Amino acid sequence: MAVKLPIYLDNAATTRTDPRVVEAMLPYFTEKFGNSASRNHKFGWEAEDGIDLAREQAAALIGASPKEIVWTSGSTESNNLAIKGAARMYAKHPEGTTGVCRGHIITALHEHKAVLDPCKRLQNEGFEVTFLEPPADGVITREMVAAVMRDDTILVSLMWGNNEIGTINEVPEIGALCHERGVIFHTDATQWVGKMPTDVERDHIDLMSWSGHKMYAPKGVGALYVRRRNPRVRLEAIQDGGGHERGMRSGTLNVTGIVGFGKACELAMHEMDSERERLLTLRRKFERELSERLEVVQVNGHAERRLPHIANISFGFVEGESLLMGIKEIACSSGSACTSASLEPSYVLKSLGVGDELAHSSLRLSLGRWSTEEEVDYAIQAIVKAVNHLRTMSPLWDLHKEGIDVSKIEWQTH
Amino acid sequence: MAYSDKVIDHYQNPRNVGSFGTSKEVAQRKDVGVGIVGAPECGDVMQLQLRINEQGVIEDAKFKCFGCGSAIASSSLATEWIKGKSVDEALTIKNTQIVEELSLPPVKIHCSVLAEDSIRSAIADYKKKNGLGAEQVAEAAAHH
Repeated sequence: MAVKLPIYLDNAATTRTDPRVVEAMLPYFTEKFGNSASRNHKFGWEAEDGIDLAREQAAALIGASPKEIVWTSGSTESNNLAIKGAARMYAKHPEGTTGVCRGHIITALHEHKAVLDPCKRLQNEGFEVTFLEPPADGVITREMVAAVMRDDTILVSLMWGNNEIGTINEVPEIGALCHERGVIFHTDATQWVGKMPTDVERDHIDLMSWSGHKMYAPKGVGALYVRRRNPRVRLEAIQDGGGHERGMRSGTLNVTGIVGFGKACELAMHEMDSERERLLTLRRKFERELSERLEVVQVNGHAERRLPHIANISFGFVEGESLLMGIKEIACSSGSACTSASLEPSYVLKSLGVGDELAHSSLRLSLGRWSTEEEVDYAIQAIVKAVNHLRTMSPLWDLHKEGIDVSKIEWQTH
Repeated sequence: MAYSDKVIDHYQNPRNVGSFGTSKEVAQRKDVGVGIVGAPECGDVMQLQLRINEQGVIEDAKFKCFGCGSAIASSSLATEWIKGKSVDEALTIKNTQIVEELSLPPVKIHCSVLAEDSIRSAIADYKKKNGLGAEQVAEAAAHH
């Protein structure tokens, strides 16, 4: 079968909206266009019905009650609301009480910036934050969290599946630890929900962020799960106004987006199991064939504890941006410095202790609902060809072949 | 990022890729000047080797590059420009000429700087091996 180019292998960045999701949304643009907060006419009621259904669909996917879903614009907003909202609500001392810690927060260095940056802001407000250093396999365990937990720890925020390397933290175990110690537990589950089975009760989650556009709904809509019982979690709002979403997130609801989000949750619930197996088979083929056909290839992150759709692979002695240029018919991401305009390679790979030359040489290939085996085969061929082409040009490859350890050379840095 | 057609051409058909031997072999050769600049952690390493005759003319040039497409194109272009030039003429090549020829965007100017540095570094190595022009060697070295 002929492969249609370009091939999209960047589903961890965003996904195509499922046509069934678009279909569910359409009536809410032109027919049921009301404001769900308009309580006194049919237009408002219709919109509210759409929101209510979506709330049920989203809650069902994660084992929550519909009242525990707060609509947001996406995971960045959900993370901000969860982390800042919980920290400020459960702070130990009033802001400005100089020299007194307002509460301790635990997170990790390889979290998304949408978690790291709110935590850094809270440091400026008098909170103390421990940034756990991940081990080489990228998995944060219950023991690592227990080792740094303090009497004044108020919040733990650790992602479920990592967006760059796909590694899976010990979230249910960490959640159980937090509940034993009376600490609020937030997880950024953006790459997890919709792909992996989720049950906020079983998994001891208090706050959970996820996003529509990572699971075949449109961009600009997300959700925050906020536990209402055992314990009831309260948040200080960031955005004030009309008191929507029980005062936690004011602002007219994005009805069309939310309807699409709900539909995407319903589809994920039915298709998740077969899709997960299919994607895992494709991902393993990718990793296996590239490792067999090329020398000095490193699959980053834990060997087993990884999401089915994300492969992060380093190709030694080849620079990531030039590799992307050689496979320009394949849409994917690189951990290289050059793509970010700074000279630093991926902070996630660096935090795992991946050497600079390998961090610069990494590709993130992320599969999705429409990825096919033919596409994967095509991509493998293209990557092998490009890596070999670049290695014929690479002075580092020559040195490696001469038996010289490139990391031991003293380079003249600019 | 969109690359210029010239960058894409050099990337796909790099001119003068190669070397005049292993790193140990070229270190022994007095007629070859070797310049290696950049560092893996910065994502760019350029290696330029120049074969220079007794009249001080660059008879042949070979490059290898670990870096983005602009870095590869800058070093490929540099080898084209210096072949057949005298050592002194080669030293007049400026990174801004490379920027202009390849239409490099501001974020890629460091690639052209690296290419200029590799020329200076390779010539300095040649002069050092042959006991020529200590001042010029010092000047080239000070550039780093």
